[in-house]
Amino acid sequence: MRRVADMFQPLSKPAEMIHESALVVLIITAGIFVVVTAMMVYVVWKFRHRGEEDQKQEPPQIYGSSHIELAWTVIPILITFVLILVTSRTIGEIQNAEMPKSAVNVRIVGHQWWWEVHYPDEGIITANEIHVPVSTRGGERRPTAIQLESADVIHSFWVPQLAGKTDLVPNRKNKTWIEPYATGTFFGNCAEFCGLQHANMLLRVIVHEPEDYKRWVATMKAPVPTPTTPEAIQGRKEFYANSCVNCHRIDGTVAAGVFGPDLTKLMTRQTIGAGVAPLNQQNLRTWIRDPQVLKTFCFMPDMKLQDSQVDAITAYLMTLK
Amino acid sequence: MSSATATAVPTEWKLPSTRKVAVITLILTESSLFTIFLVAYLFYMGKNLTHPYPNEVLEFPVLATIALLSSSFTIVFSEMALHRGSKLWFHLWWAITILLGGYFLWFTGAEWHHLIYKENLTVATNVFGSTFYSLVGLHASHVIIGLFLLCLILILSLLGKVPKDHTEHIEMISWYWHFVDAIWVVVVTVVYIISIRVPNVT
Amino acid sequence: MNTDIVDENFEMPKPQPIGQERGSLTRIAQEMVFTVDHKVLGLMYIASGLLFFVVAGVMAVFIRLQLAVPGNTMVPPDVFNRLFTMHGTAMVFLVGMPIIFGFANYLVPLMIGARDMAFPRLNAFGFWVFFFSGILLYFSYLGAPGLYAAGSAPDVGWFAYAPLTGRAFSRGHSTDYWTLSLLLGGIGSMVTSVNIIVTAVCLRCKGMTLGRMPLFVWLFLVVAFLVIIAVPPLSACQIMLILDRYLGARFFDTQAGGSAVLWQHFFWIFGHPEVYILILPGFAIASEVIPVFSRKPIFGYPVMVAASVMIAFISLGVWAHHMFSVGMTSLENTFFAISTLLVAIPTGIKIFNWIGTMYGGKLRFELPMLFCLGFLFQFLIAGLTGVMLAIAPWDWQLTDSYFVVAHFHYVLIGGLLYTIFAGIYYWYPKALGKMPDWKLGLWHFVLFTVGFHITFFPQHIAGFLGMPRRIYTYEAGRGWDLWNLISSIGVIFQVAGILFFVLNLIYSYIWGKDAGDDPWDAWSLEWATSSPPPAYNFETIPEVRSRRPLWDLKHPEDPDWKFE
Repeated sequence: MRRVADMFQPLSKPAEMIHESALVVLIITAGIFVVVTAMMVYVVWKFRHRGEEDQKQEPPQIYGSSHIELAWTVIPILITFVLILVTSRTIGEIQNAEMPKSAVNVRIVGHQWWWEVHYPDEGIITANEIHVPVSTRGGERRPTAIQLESADVIHSFWVPQLAGKTDLVPNRKNKTWIEPYATGTFFGNCAEFCGLQHANMLLRVIVHEPEDYKRWVATMKAPVPTPTTPEAIQGRKEFYANSCVNCHRIDGTVAAGVFGPDLTKLMTRQTIGAGVAPLNQQNLRTWIRDPQVLKTFCFMPDMKLQDSQVDAITAYLMTLK
Repeated sequence: MSSATATAVPTEWKLPSTRKVAVITLILTESSLFTIFLVAYLFYMGKNLTHPYPNEVLEFPVLATIALLSSSFTIVFSEMALHRGSKLWFHLWWAITILLGGYFLWFTGAEWHHLIYKENLTVATNVFGSTFYSLVGLHASHVIIGLFLLCLILILSLLGKVPKDHTEHIEMISWYWHFVDAIWVVVVTVVYIISIRVPNVT
Repeated sequence: MNTDIVDENFEMPKPQPIGQERGSLTRIAQEMVFTVDHKVLGLMYIASGLLFFVVAGVMAVFIRLQLAVPGNTMVPPDVFNRLFTMHGTAMVFLVGMPIIFGFANYLVPLMIGARDMAFPRLNAFGFWVFFFSGILLYFSYLGAPGLYAAGSAPDVGWFAYAPLTGRAFSRGHSTDYWTLSLLLGGIGSMVTSVNIIVTAVCLRCKGMTLGRMPLFVWLFLVVAFLVIIAVPPLSACQIMLILDRYLGARFFDTQAGGSAVLWQHFFWIFGHPEVYILILPGFAIASEVIPVFSRKPIFGYPVMVAASVMIAFISLGVWAHHMFSVGMTSLENTFFAISTLLVAIPTGIKIFNWIGTMYGGKLRFELPMLFCLGFLFQFLIAGLTGVMLAIAPWDWQLTDSYFVVAHFHYVLIGGLLYTIFAGIYYWYPKALGKMPDWKLGLWHFVLFTVGFHITFFPQHIAGFLGMPRRIYTYEAGRGWDLWNLISSIGVIFQVAGILFFVLNLIYSYIWGKDAGDDPWDAWSLEWATSSPPPAYNFETIPEVRSRRPLWDLKHPEDPDWKFE
């Protein structure tokens, strides 16, 4: 679990490319800081007034010096020039990167306050978690090309150890890409204020070894098992009977709603409510009984279900693997 | 506090008139405001999702434009008369300016009436509607303010309440009027000449 | 000489002795409401700004309390969103803008040897429009649902991105209070700026060419031009937002082909110059204080003027560096990265010139100088984090994170607020006739500086570790817990520092030493009249021959005009 998303520990392109230029800039600015602070400290110490007598004489009244001013104009210009070169190169490298044919394609649609995730090449629809294969340096490149859209307001995709931010803007298709070199679960956030639960619009990118990734794709494409226990069967009946199907989709059933997250392989996910709580039976039950308890103001209402209905639906949803 | 010697101080100290600088500043700030609405109009050209499109409903307003642009000339004639000391011609040309501006405003109102009730183009119809009415409307509101100022001067002057040495005040109002005209030149070019020829691409 | 100011029938009023102007409360209130005197209006601007500062500051205290620990439930999300929106909006528009206009109002006419601003009644109008706009913004708390339901204060962030502000996503009236209040305030700013421009251009006393104007006046002239060019774009997009919300227009309605990014362009075309509008007056104050307390003229006056003008010009072309993550092309991103880096050059030059002013001088560590030294150090840090943000690829990591929050608080508190403190302590004797207390001021300086760095430095680190902005809570274990806790602890010291500041203002007014005309031994024209100045400013309008008229008077054997 890579919970601490330290941008100085990049484990993927383009985060690494950003990191390189960031280090150059950091060193240059740190150098400027040290030099100028030293100048300030020196001046404050050396030219402090020395008592009442000293104050009676005014110091020499200097108006300026073309040479000195030229020096401290030219040097910043040169430094700026270096920074411009570093910046332009990195911008081009990242934004104009070529995606090989082996790239995984993901399409994300941002909603208030969850992420709709599509794998158009595989026909997979899921939510809040993105699974991608790892790449090897100097070996097989398997980057993931991500298209970003929004169904409502502006959101922003930010997983610091993988890439910089790219916004999800309604009526616009933005693109970004990642090429991770380490496996694990990378944590991210929505990084553009999008309303009441912006803080809980969390993101996880799970990077797999190639074999594990193939297994995950297969799991996601496999049909949903039919519920066998009586409680689960009853739960499915309740799911269809109440308006759950109007918002949620479960592949292979009559549930085909698109307003809320796709639930087909719900139990493969680590969290519920886009990261607001870990996904386990307890939290799932709490969410179904009243989502407002875990995520106030979210758009799934309290359906006012009886306890027995809640238990049944929970049992049913727990079969969605 | 006085200077010890007179040589270093310029004997003539003439700074620009406060009124002129104030009106120039006002014109600068209003230009900035108009620019944004112009940019919005230009940005959204050809991006409508529904009809009507500009080329379907807009016609170049020949008479209104002639009227408004002529009013810049008539106001100059009016000021020239004032400088000559001819009160009659000052009032006459000034009144003609007001009439020309008033005709322009009437024409705009008539055009909008036609667009709203016959062509179903409102500010909410599409991006063309939003940007058209806001840009032309912003200009029309400035014409209204200008006309109000012009009428005020005419009435006060007819009542004999405008002092002789207030020629600069009157000049400043004419500068504002010229500014309103100049904006119209830009608006009419962008809206009625350029945007009519831009195809809609969605 | 401008004939409008001279009125043959005008009679000089008798100068009122200090201490006898305090009339009854009703008389003072009446005077405040009807005054057109630039000095009274200036003090009213500053006092209102300081009042809003306390209110917006209290909001920040609640924000930091909520974020001190992960998973905190003290402040629910809807209240939190209103808190940070109102905090930001109020600090920029109801604290920053009025205080800088207050300084301009009080000092520009005095520094150029004029009797008042060019349009005194317009000046009063500008103040009352601003004041009303502030009341309107805060009235939103009482506005719609009502007192206990915490009203309808704006909750869309101080830059109110579309389409979050559209009718669909922002129901109720919160956004409308934001829009209308700022539209009004914008009128106030533009009106004051017209006054500043006309006054500085047309009312300078004899001999004061543009090249002999104090840098303070130059910088405010530049600020005023920036205001009249940059504030209309804000008004324009706000009008468009109102049309969207109330007449169903499609400017930012993405479902009808509208563009959310267009709002960002228009807003930041205003928003970036706005932050220069806020900081340039800080430079203006520093350029007056540092020379006086170094006992030397400003180093490189012509370059300081040129650099200020350049900063203003370039700042009109950098706005999209707030939009690097919105999906612009690599060409657009490169252009704005370059322009943003370019603006760092004249800004850096100014820092060097201030250091050059102190070099070879005899530094006196009075209160105004202490705060200017703090400003120099903190603004250096702020500028350097700004350079980091200009690097577009790094900005893709840093933008919308706590790094940016740290950056702009270093600019606005570490930079602007410190120069405001310096300016208040510097001109307090002139305006009120009493000297501020040095010991109380030192407590203010030390406590506030300690608190400021404790609060805002760790926020850089939280940003590096992936903490986004504008979140009402965060989960434990993300590496943010410690930095947030430290950040919140700093608040205690800042509050203590402000308390000493307020105490100093009050204490010095009642028990402070009498200041006299020129307590700091300074060189600009405001020190050539009594403290406080009479209503007509100067008995006779002065004539000047150099940039430092009072230096010439005090040093007739070595006057500036021999060397300039």
